[in-house]
Amino acid sequence: MNLSPSLRTAFVTLLSILTLAGCGSSDDKSVTLLNVSYDPTRELYRDFNEDFARQWQQQTGQRVTIKQSHSGSGSQARAVIDGLDADVVTLALAYDINSIQEKGKRLGANWQTRFPNNSAPYTSTIVFLVRKGNPKQIRDWPDLVREGVSVVTPNPKTSGGARWNYLAAWGYELHRQLGDWSKLDDPANAAQVEEAQASAERFVGEIYRHTPVLDSGARGATNTFVQREIGDVLIAWENEALLALKELGPDKVEIVIPSITILAEPPVAVVDTVVDRRGTRQIAEAYLQHLYSDAGQELAAKHYFRPRKPEILAKYGELFPTLPTFTIDEVFGGWSAAHAKHFADGGVFDRIYQAGAQ
Amino acid sequence: MAGGPSRALLDEIASRPGRDTFVSSVIKGAFITLSLLFLAALLFAPLITVFATALSKGFEMYFNSFADPDTIAAIRLTLITAAIVVPTNTVFGVAAAWAIAKFEFKGKSILITLIDLPIAVSPVISGLIYVLLFGMQGWFGLWLQEHDISIVFALPGIILATMFVTFPYVARELIPLMQQMGNDEEEAAITLGAGGIMTFFHVTLPKIRWGLLYGVILCNARAMGEFGAVSVVSGHIRGLTTTMPLHVEILYQEYNFVGAFAVASLLTLLAVLTLIIKSLIEWRQKT
Repeated sequence: MNLSPSLRTAFVTLLSILTLAGCGSSDDKSVTLLNVSYDPTRELYRDFNEDFARQWQQQTGQRVTIKQSHSGSGSQARAVIDGLDADVVTLALAYDINSIQEKGKRLGANWQTRFPNNSAPYTSTIVFLVRKGNPKQIRDWPDLVREGVSVVTPNPKTSGGARWNYLAAWGYELHRQLGDWSKLDDPANAAQVEEAQASAERFVGEIYRHTPVLDSGARGATNTFVQREIGDVLIAWENEALLALKELGPDKVEIVIPSITILAEPPVAVVDTVVDRRGTRQIAEAYLQHLYSDAGQELAAKHYFRPRKPEILAKYGELFPTLPTFTIDEVFGGWSAAHAKHFADGGVFDRIYQAGAQ
Repeated sequence: MAGGPSRALLDEIASRPGRDTFVSSVIKGAFITLSLLFLAALLFAPLITVFATALSKGFEMYFNSFADPDTIAAIRLTLITAAIVVPTNTVFGVAAAWAIAKFEFKGKSILITLIDLPIAVSPVISGLIYVLLFGMQGWFGLWLQEHDISIVFALPGIILATMFVTFPYVARELIPLMQQMGNDEEEAAITLGAGGIMTFFHVTLPKIRWGLLYGVILCNARAMGEFGAVSVVSGHIRGLTTTMPLHVEILYQEYNFVGAFAVASLLTLLAVLTLIIKSLIEWRQKT
């Protein structure tokens, strides 16, 4: 058998690879955490994890390694429901953490009150990214539905950022029709509100008719717009737009801030069943708490998320201009209501997107 | 060569009109150019892009990409997966092909269909079945959690999904080969007193080794390159459950184009390496 020497070599190689693989170090004094997060936070948490690990070791003498997982917010929530052992989740919207709570029973229903500011240590908002020189003259939301303008935004079914985009557009039209948010809660204006909602549905539907492609996540949409050069305007997270501006240079794209937009609050939570089983509750809570510290807030600002601390926000004032925003609670009655009406199967999005396809 | 066409007849056929005319050589040339253009557009151009982008910022940046611990972990995970999946599928593939080609039994056609199943099913579905089986909401989820065993979002899940997707390659190569060869030589060996194992190693294996080798190489290439199925079961934990193809995507999405294409070029080199090993063994076989 002439094959045997080569077979033997293959066998030896295989064995040595396996032995190498077995050489993982195990150290009593070290601990690992898994942070399951959404798409645009990669750069933020790379820096933040390093900072937290250094500070934790100084305080307790314990070494900590933080593992990261990033993907679309909705699919990350699905993975945690299916058993991905995240110690902490830092996702794009509260609805996704709610579904981990409801479908996966992996954390307590009161998760959103456990950390300050609705458990959202930083905020962001929705802005436009256009090509250099703004050739299509895009200034505000109505410009998106002008003849010949092509819009890039991800799929609200899979992407958290896309849901914020959708709701921001909806809120703009609602505000234009009503002029004042207080009318939403006033029963005397019910007829006017209903008309405004119908008008908002037409407006958002019109935006999706100007959208040639729906990516599954925010980062994919940015790449479609910037790398593949598809579309005239990208509706994006402010942090994602600022990062694209930095990475790709101000000679290619510029940011346009609309007249009114939504305040996006990406929340964080400790996953109870995981930390209790692994005995990592204390460090997981300290980790999320560190996001609210001066160092954590500075890092958030450095990676283009709006810090909650007013003095740090003021320090980065030129990066984050003040602009009129509305919240999901004010206008849509919270995430559960917004999801049920707009994004659930058979909801408004399904209706307008199918209408657009015909 | 008694009975064949005579020399004169062959010459006469060759000189008939329509052969080696100007038109026929133009058509021949056009076909060759077309296939070369096709190859260039579909194969060489992307390959060159991979290496050009990887090296766009110089050799130093290129090699620095491989110093990143997460990249090293991804390379190691891919090699471990291939090192477990390929031998296992080789053994199973040979066993299945042997059973199908050499014996008659009930349900044989069902077995052949089942072997083809992973090729017919979308890789995403192949990954999803393991999440549905072993995920927390799945059939065995609770039991596994109680016993502190993780399958999905960990190494076992990645290996299972890769194994499922690459299972047909060895068996599919061997079945037609073994069926075509028939049982005569094995029967002779057994008549002469050889046992089953001896017959396999000294009679069957030498006959099928090229088909086997080809199957193993295909299986290995797919195991290292699999994206869809692994993506579903991986959980995308950096440095822990990302294989090389997944890592390429991560780097690309982080605007790290040099890093992404460097890892992609390494995947390409691994593929070229497998082809070189195959040629080397073939060459040694001939001398």
